[in-house]
Amino acid sequence: MAESIVVDHATKTFTLRYHRTFKQMTMARLKRQEVSNTFTAVDDVSFTVEQGESIGLMGLNGSGKSTLLKLINGIMRPDDGRVLTRGRIAGLIATGAGFHPQLTGRDNIFLNAAILGMSEAETKRKFDEIVEFADVGKFLDTEVGHYSSGMYSRLGFSVAIHVDSDIFLADEVLAVGDKPFKKKCLQRMQEVRDSGRTLVYVSHAAGSVRKMCDRVIVLEHGKLGFDGDVDAGIKYVKYDGETEDALEQEDDDLGADI
Amino acid sequence: MSQAAGPGTLPPLTAPSATTGLFEVFRRRYLLRLMVSREIAARYQGSVLGMLWSYINPLSQFLIYYFVMGFIFNLHDNVENFAIHMFCGIIITGIFTECLGSGTRSVVRNKGLVQKMALPREMFPVAAVLVSAYHVLPEIVILAIACFWMGWTPDPVGMAAMVLALLVTITIGMAGALMFSAANVFFRDVSNVVQIVNNLVRFGVPMIYPYTMVAERFHGQTELFLANPLANAVLLMQRAFWVGTTDSPTATASTDLPDYLFTRGVMALLLSLVVLGFGQLVFSRLENKIPERL
Repeated sequence: MAESIVVDHATKTFTLRYHRTFKQMTMARLKRQEVSNTFTAVDDVSFTVEQGESIGLMGLNGSGKSTLLKLINGIMRPDDGRVLTRGRIAGLIATGAGFHPQLTGRDNIFLNAAILGMSEAETKRKFDEIVEFADVGKFLDTEVGHYSSGMYSRLGFSVAIHVDSDIFLADEVLAVGDKPFKKKCLQRMQEVRDSGRTLVYVSHAAGSVRKMCDRVIVLEHGKLGFDGDVDAGIKYVKYDGETEDALEQEDDDLGADI
Repeated sequence: MSQAAGPGTLPPLTAPSATTGLFEVFRRRYLLRLMVSREIAARYQGSVLGMLWSYINPLSQFLIYYFVMGFIFNLHDNVENFAIHMFCGIIITGIFTECLGSGTRSVVRNKGLVQKMALPREMFPVAAVLVSAYHVLPEIVILAIACFWMGWTPDPVGMAAMVLALLVTITIGMAGALMFSAANVFFRDVSNVVQIVNNLVRFGVPMIYPYTMVAERFHGQTELFLANPLANAVLLMQRAFWVGTTDSPTATASTDLPDYLFTRGVMALLLSLVVLGFGQLVFSRLENKIPERL
């Protein structure tokens, strides 16, 4: 089995600027206030994911999950260390897809698919499937700027999941959709996982992580807090208490996704 | 695990963000085509006249200069077919200012995509430049029709001059678009600086004044004037169209164009390519911080 994602001592630091204009910066300097500050979003994280593994990425808000996904996706480059991936990557970062609000749903499907590396013929072949899964109905030819947030994320998920990728990144995908759609998504993601593609699934819902993943990675303030067994990982982030009742009612546990 | 194949057929393990800049942009032509058609659609979104604006703008500029320079400064008498002379310049400066203006805004305007999708970010300024270049085609057709009417016949050397002029302009425009689009993410002041550059450009080329005037007034300093690649591009464009409309093209070419026009043109292209390389360097250096600064 080959490795699919290698994260090797990856560090990503953001610069926070408190002042934008020259006047503000000068004033702040005169008053000896801080002009800028750095913030380490991902701090020396290392792990390896084998092809076909499905990883649950957990951690509190602001722990660096989305930044880590951006490093894996290639939107950002690590300042230190390296991130290597094998094959085509598709997925969603921070719920929404990169859509252009002024373009129609139809145009955005083509654009988005092209960015993910699909050819025109490939997109056309899968177009109907994508539209059917997204279920945006007559809004297909409406600008996505007018979509409801649910429709927006449904369309984004639909495009991403239909790309033949080797790695699928799902960042809180189930946060916005309604219950029937969440069910559909989970089902589709299970198919993705069972087909041998690598899956990285970010979620706060212990139930769905337990169902989807065979390994959990927990980030804490940008550092790798835990890497290993699913149940132990969920215990580590202390989500296990809530899971007891969630397991009894599967539907509600999907609803617990924030 | 049905898809898992033997290690021989697996794609290599690579850095997901590894791109080769401009080369990667032109490797993904299908995506580039979509981006360009999208840019064209987006640029005239919500405007009643739409695409017509790309004709109205140069036309209005043409008329203003035609009357102010032609009648008030009396250039109609000094320069043969002054309108054609000027229109050659307007086309070249038009491409350049469009490239710079829309290129500079391109990355910031595509925020949504930049922050969420992995694609070579050079794609945005390049698409903006191609859209600007695309808009110039009808202008050239108009110019050619006007020239035919004035008794111009196209010659292969002239056409080569036009191609060279357009190449120089687009290359230097792309260089500027790359540099300023990245810089504009960090300081939005850049778009104001670009405005000033764009105003300056129109006066730095022999468009509203003839090259003879430069040769006369800046005697001995013309090399400095000709170091500007855009000035060369305008002169090449005038070689392609305007010279052929004058009474005696050979006489005009010898007085109104600098010597070694083509050598200068090729040098200008090389210089523009160097600036483009520098632009790519600047872009790559700044690119890392773009998503977090938007």
